[in-house]
Amino acid sequence: MYAFGYHRPGSVADAVKLLADNPDAKLLAGGQTFIPTLKQRLAQPSDVIDLGGIPDLQTIRAEGDRLVIGAMVKHAAVAKDSTVRSMIPALAAMAGDIGDVQVRNRGTIGGSVSNNDPAADYPGAVVALGATVTTDRRTIAGEDFFTGMFETALEEGEILTSIAFPKPIAAAYEKFRNPASRYAMVGVFVAKLPSGVRVAVTGAGPCVFRLPDFEAALASNFSASAIENLTVDASGLNSDIHASADYRAHLVKVVAKRALAKAK
Amino acid sequence: MATNGIGSAVKRKEDLRFITGSGRYTDDINVAKQAYACFVRSPHAHATIGTIDKSAAEAMPGVIGVFTGEDVAADGLGGLICGWMVKSKDGSPMKAGPHPILAHGKARYVGDHVAVVVAETYEQARDAAEAIVVDYTPLPAIADVARSHDSGVPIHDDIANNLVYDWEIGDKAATDSAFANAAHVTKVEIVNNRLVPNAMEPRAAIGHYEFGTDSFTLYTTSQNPHVARLVISAFVGIAPEHKLTVIAPDVGGGFGSKIFIYAEECVALWASRKLRRPVKWTADRTEAFLSDAHGRDHVSVAEMAMDQDGHFLALRVNTKANMGAYLSTFASCIPTYLYATLLAGQYKTPAIYCDVQAYYTNTAPVDAYRGAGRPEATYLLETLVEECAREMKLDPAEIRRRNFIPKDAFPYQTPVALQYDTGDYEICMEKALELADYAGFPARRQQSEAKGKLRGVGFSAYIEACGIAPSAVIGSLGAGVGLWESAKVRFSHTGKVQVLTGTHSHGQGHETTFAQVVAEKLGVAYEDVDVIHGDTSKTTVGMGTYGSRSLAVGGEALVKACDKIVAKGKKIAAHLLEAAEADIVFKDGSFSVAGTDKAKSIGEIVFAALVPHNYPAGLEPGMEETAYYDPANFTYPSGVYICELEVDPDSGVTEIQRFTAVDDFGNVVNPMIVEGQVHGGLAQGIGQALLENAVYDESGQLLSASYMDYAMPRADDLPSFVVHTTAGTACTHNSLGVKGCGEAGAIGSPPAVMNAIADAIGTRVSMPATPEKVWRAIQQSKNLARAAE
Amino acid sequence: MTTVSMTVNGKAVTKDIEPRMLLSTFLRDELGLTGTHVGCDTSQCGCCVVHVDGDSVKACTALAVQCEGSQVTTIEGLATNGTLHPMQEAFRDNHGLQCGFCTTGMIMSSVDLVKKAKEQGVTLDEHYVRDGLQGNICRCTGYHNIVKAVLAGAQSM
Repeated sequence: MYAFGYHRPGSVADAVKLLADNPDAKLLAGGQTFIPTLKQRLAQPSDVIDLGGIPDLQTIRAEGDRLVIGAMVKHAAVAKDSTVRSMIPALAAMAGDIGDVQVRNRGTIGGSVSNNDPAADYPGAVVALGATVTTDRRTIAGEDFFTGMFETALEEGEILTSIAFPKPIAAAYEKFRNPASRYAMVGVFVAKLPSGVRVAVTGAGPCVFRLPDFEAALASNFSASAIENLTVDASGLNSDIHASADYRAHLVKVVAKRALAKAK
Repeated sequence: MATNGIGSAVKRKEDLRFITGSGRYTDDINVAKQAYACFVRSPHAHATIGTIDKSAAEAMPGVIGVFTGEDVAADGLGGLICGWMVKSKDGSPMKAGPHPILAHGKARYVGDHVAVVVAETYEQARDAAEAIVVDYTPLPAIADVARSHDSGVPIHDDIANNLVYDWEIGDKAATDSAFANAAHVTKVEIVNNRLVPNAMEPRAAIGHYEFGTDSFTLYTTSQNPHVARLVISAFVGIAPEHKLTVIAPDVGGGFGSKIFIYAEECVALWASRKLRRPVKWTADRTEAFLSDAHGRDHVSVAEMAMDQDGHFLALRVNTKANMGAYLSTFASCIPTYLYATLLAGQYKTPAIYCDVQAYYTNTAPVDAYRGAGRPEATYLLETLVEECAREMKLDPAEIRRRNFIPKDAFPYQTPVALQYDTGDYEICMEKALELADYAGFPARRQQSEAKGKLRGVGFSAYIEACGIAPSAVIGSLGAGVGLWESAKVRFSHTGKVQVLTGTHSHGQGHETTFAQVVAEKLGVAYEDVDVIHGDTSKTTVGMGTYGSRSLAVGGEALVKACDKIVAKGKKIAAHLLEAAEADIVFKDGSFSVAGTDKAKSIGEIVFAALVPHNYPAGLEPGMEETAYYDPANFTYPSGVYICELEVDPDSGVTEIQRFTAVDDFGNVVNPMIVEGQVHGGLAQGIGQALLENAVYDESGQLLSASYMDYAMPRADDLPSFVVHTTAGTACTHNSLGVKGCGEAGAIGSPPAVMNAIADAIGTRVSMPATPEKVWRAIQQSKNLARAAE
Repeated sequence: MTTVSMTVNGKAVTKDIEPRMLLSTFLRDELGLTGTHVGCDTSQCGCCVVHVDGDSVKACTALAVQCEGSQVTTIEGLATNGTLHPMQEAFRDNHGLQCGFCTTGMIMSSVDLVKKAKEQGVTLDEHYVRDGLQGNICRCTGYHNIVKAVLAGAQSM
């Protein structure tokens, strides 16, 4: 990897200042995507600002019917946290199935969401559960946060600090793994919320997206049978050596049905 | 049987260092004052190389030297070679383009080694490598072997149509005539997918030239350090053979890919001399994907002629084999003598004809990978046989039984050169059917159907040829080397034994197995035997480890060395026991006078040989014997594999439910190790069938160049296996009666998996059977069925 | 250069290093702990797994500077007072290794997997072990004996 300066601030404010002072700096969260990127010399930041020294970013707490997870909480911690497991078991299960054990022991929710890898799992949860993203300066609806492949609503110098998930009535996540990378080739997060049903798809397209016709059908009947006769449009979906867009479109429905079958 | 002798599942001697992290692999070694090399590799599949501007790189921090193909040429070095001359049908020699250790004038595949930077640290070398400006002019490229001939892309000067050779074996006229008279002909088109070997340890090398002694040491990840020494001295010309030591320390897997002599290790050694610094190079995984020799990549058409009862009358095969951009060390013999000679399989097919066209393409060189030619032959034949069964409406076990070479027909001369010494195919089939509970399959299929799953069962009856030999025969077929093996048995005063072998262990457990052989043959304690390998300055000259040869060839050399020890021991015992040499009997470590209780232990005899105070006149002191062994024939392991699996029609996902492997390896020295070899081979074969695929795009870019895109089998992709290594039929031409077990799993398993998928879904897909391919095939069958209604 | 301090296999170490140095490089080149192997560059193979503050992590996917103040255990630190860890013994007893290259990471992952399963009251079975070893690639054994070894090692842990 290329040489860089290293900083480990103790507060969000310090991190924001460092980022402002070093316009070519990058934030380091769990590093499970960022460090491989550096190793391959696909990024050349002047400085790396490690968020690992900020205790405020490492908490999980319930606020009424909302679950608030700090940006630097690791996947393994989300998976085994009793509050998460009781409020949103689907989220705990999803976090417990990201990557492999070692990735879950380092990778963080904030890193995953900020990076917005099209094959990451968390964006599906954020969108399907109608979560709210909080940064050092504002809150952003999960819906509006993911703007494109590896792109988010975060501005220059803005740092994601926590994500608040409303407690759903029922939810589940299911994925079909890429046989090589083990990332989601298709991931579907289904959620029944007081405000309605949401279905978010990750892995299949360049960015997480919702399926309005699935959601409409599921509004009155939140079960696999409701989407039996629906199909998914393949246009715009990813196509690569592992799966064509057509096959991904087919899998979205297969995976959605499996998620619905286990939603609770 | 000696304690921990032949047949004992003794725990491995090598394990203590590996489970404690104290193994010593090449990259673990550091030589004082070493510098680090980083290669500049071609980003183009095919391009002319104009000027290379090194100036910016040379000025960067820590940079010690930058070299290109022009420097190599200026030093008058030779190049890498292919050590097996295959001749075309018309008698002309194969066309081998030059393979310099740094590309000169042209780059021929993505990853071709164009320049090298040597710097104080690896990161500095890599920083500087990025600063080298190479003036490439991209040329059209061809990656697909099926289109290379007509591509109009000349890869090497003066080699028309990229054709390396057009080779044939068998009786064409007899085969064609049998086809003309056949009751039925079954035909299949077969693609054997390209694989990347992926030993977990990436290749690495440290070249170390010492000015004071004008000597060279090369630490390298090699399966055969002596052959590396030979090629580097005699053909590349970097160092004279007697001044070059090649050390292959612990090596983290090879599977064929570390047989070959590669450019990088040569460059490290050459640069060390130029710079008077040890030079270390360690590949990262991306480099491994791009530049390790790949495996397989055949496109074939195969036809079987049968009578009305499904008896095989003749087999006709055409194969196009991808050689990549350069001929790797043994590339030429893989799709010929290690492939087409195996096409008889376990069957008494009377006439066989095969012709093979080998082509250059703008891809990484292709050479031996676990099985090397034999998996390609087995996949082709066992796919064809299963299709024959379907078309003839015969049970797949039954069509094989009908055509098996009967056990009383050995030695059996096949129509494709090989003579099988022994085998009993029927008994393996029976055992496999029993262990797989074939009789219970219909009920299990019903249960799967009730769950909405498609269940299938597939067979594979493979033959293998191991321990390639004898030297005179392979020499007549074009081999540039002899394929004997050596062993030295050396006793010390205290009766401890060092075994020096020319084979190399990189996972196979020779340190254990060879010690078991010595314990058995000489009656010494297993703990008192130490096996040394992998250092040309210590060991006897040897040909290394590949082709499942180590025990069948190297082990037999060891037996012969032990025999010499016993013979000498008898002379000493006769002297000490005051008996005639002819009356001395050696058994379980004791020399005794037949019919008496007079005896001397081997320890006493050894001591007498090394402290010869009371010693036979004229006999040399010492107890150290070397033997070389050149086998009379290949060995022929065989087996029957049965795969049972479930396909999920909704997603196309295949899940193996039960994999049964019954192998005849002849006698077995360590059943634990042998079963482990089978497990590993099965994983690689199942990986080929379901997961692995090296994919080049039209422009010659490798799309599957990391573990993000090349699907390696992981723990959750595989089941536990049912493995049975029968005592089987002992090899008739080595005294151990052993055959070789390292490659069987990878040879036998792909067709079993693919035949099971075909059985489950009613149609055939190509390897790897990805979920999408399987799902599409199911959809297509449904559409056809609907259309038929 | 940055100064980093951590405890490795029970010993405090302090070194001046470049921030870009990976933990795997730090262990191998700075401390000579070459039992931590590097088998890939995309954080997939798991040959480099060590324990950082009690969790298994891929040492090739952590900067050494990130481990400031951490407790790091490598394969060299697994045996205590010369007694092999039960998982090391189990790998040997069950022939759970061949070339040995992936073995060190595989053992470190297995120890963590079993420890966490026991903490969480999970019953270990073949499926659990295979699922839990997704981050470790072995090319030699076909995993058959690794799974056996982990289950056996769990019995004596």
